Amino acid sequence: MIKVENLHKSFGKNEVLKGISTEIKEKEVIAIIGPSGSGKSTFLRCINLLEEPTNGVITIGKDVVTDKSTNIMKVRENVGMVFQHFHLFPHKTVLENITYAPRNVQGVSKTEAIAKAEELLRQVGLHEKRDDYPNRLSGGQKQRVAIARALAMNPSVMLFDEPTSALDPEMVKEVLAVMKSLADSGMTMIIVTHEMNFAREVADRILFLDGGQLVEDTPPAQFFKEPKSARAKEFLEKVL
Amino acid sequence: MLDFNAVVPSIPYILKGIGVTLQIVLGATIMGMVLGILLALCKIGKVTVLRIIADFYTSIFRGTPLVLQLMIIYYAIPQLFDINIDPMPAAILAFGLNSGAYISEIIRGGINAVDKGQQEASLALGIPYAKMMKDIILPQAMKNIMPALMNEFITLNKESAIVTVIGALDIMRRAYVVGGSNYHYLEALMIAGVIYYIMTLILTFLGKKLEKRMSRSD
Repeated sequence: MIKVENLHKSFGKNEVLKGISTEIKEKEVIAIIGPSGSGKSTFLRCINLLEEPTNGVITIGKDVVTDKSTNIMKVRENVGMVFQHFHLFPHKTVLENITYAPRNVQGVSKTEAIAKAEELLRQVGLHEKRDDYPNRLSGGQKQRVAIARALAMNPSVMLFDEPTSALDPEMVKEVLAVMKSLADSGMTMIIVTHEMNFAREVADRILFLDGGQLVEDTPPAQFFKEPKSARAKEFLEKVL
Repeated sequence: MLDFNAVVPSIPYILKGIGVTLQIVLGATIMGMVLGILLALCKIGKVTVLRIIADFYTSIFRGTPLVLQLMIIYYAIPQLFDINIDPMPAAILAFGLNSGAYISEIIRGGINAVDKGQQEASLALGIPYAKMMKDIILPQAMKNIMPALMNEFITLNKESAIVTVIGALDIMRRAYVVGGSNYHYLEALMIAGVIYYIMTLILTFLGKKLEKRMSRSD
């Protein structure tokens, strides 16, 4: 479903991604892990072109994302993204946050958008917060709303950029629970995370990045038991 | 000696200037806001030519005296194009063009102060640029810059007194006329001063209320 070929990304002279290739199938859940500065987030952000790759080809479904003639806005409607710092719209209520894009980008009717938003809010356990502004929510609640907002567009892939890294420890669980149920429902997901237990439990594959390279691509059972590379071994010793 | 009795009968005449002043200020504010937003969008946009034009415009209007701009519009434009321009439209035009330059800088700063994540979240949702600006970025920028905008509005209200040089019958001009007619300049000008001061107080009060209303999502 997603194909990445020889992806390079440089910021000025600093080459952050040094030729990454991989393929992600429908309904797969991918966890990307690696030390900070390894290029995990940049890799994720290249997929929906929040960062423009310096080189390489990314294909999502039939769309060659990196092709200049592709309407990237159209592609992005189909790729949900959840950020470390939520980025909810602070001047809009929870419900407005979720209904804005479906109504204004996809032209969904107001009633339909609200019905869908309420269903999603129930799914993430926040229906009673529908009319609150984001500043009234805890970090965990914000992130769950952000997930609902992304899902409202009916994306076929969801990208998660360290979704729990900015949360207080007691709120991590509620967000991971929502993500797990999403994975169970068959959503294709690419998750940059530091939550090793979550990655082990939920992911189908672990992509281990280090120094801008895809060092390892293994199922979690094997990765956490005996990683193939010395670098992954070293990393796991530090974090586990 | 102060003798207010001499100017009391003329107070209604001076008060009529409030309408004139408000017309100039409101007209100029609306024009300044529209122009300011457009210029700010040019300044933060990717089109180099527009950016240069907007920066040049701003530097001209901020770099020359307002009274000069006013006189050029009132006296020089008719000379160039062989048309007549009345004091009121000339005043609104001059203040609007000038205010646009200042407001554009305020708005540009306000837009830049909005968290970059807001733009990224909008992009990730496929929200087109124009809608993102109108519905996501500008409302947040506006909230941040309300105090600065109110300040500009109040300054404009006071500075509008210089339209007296082109003969628009605002508060200032009327006080000057009354003073001149009976040589009680001090009394007449003091009345004008009180009127300006009260207007400023009212505007400040309204501004505070507006700020409060806009910050309900804080």
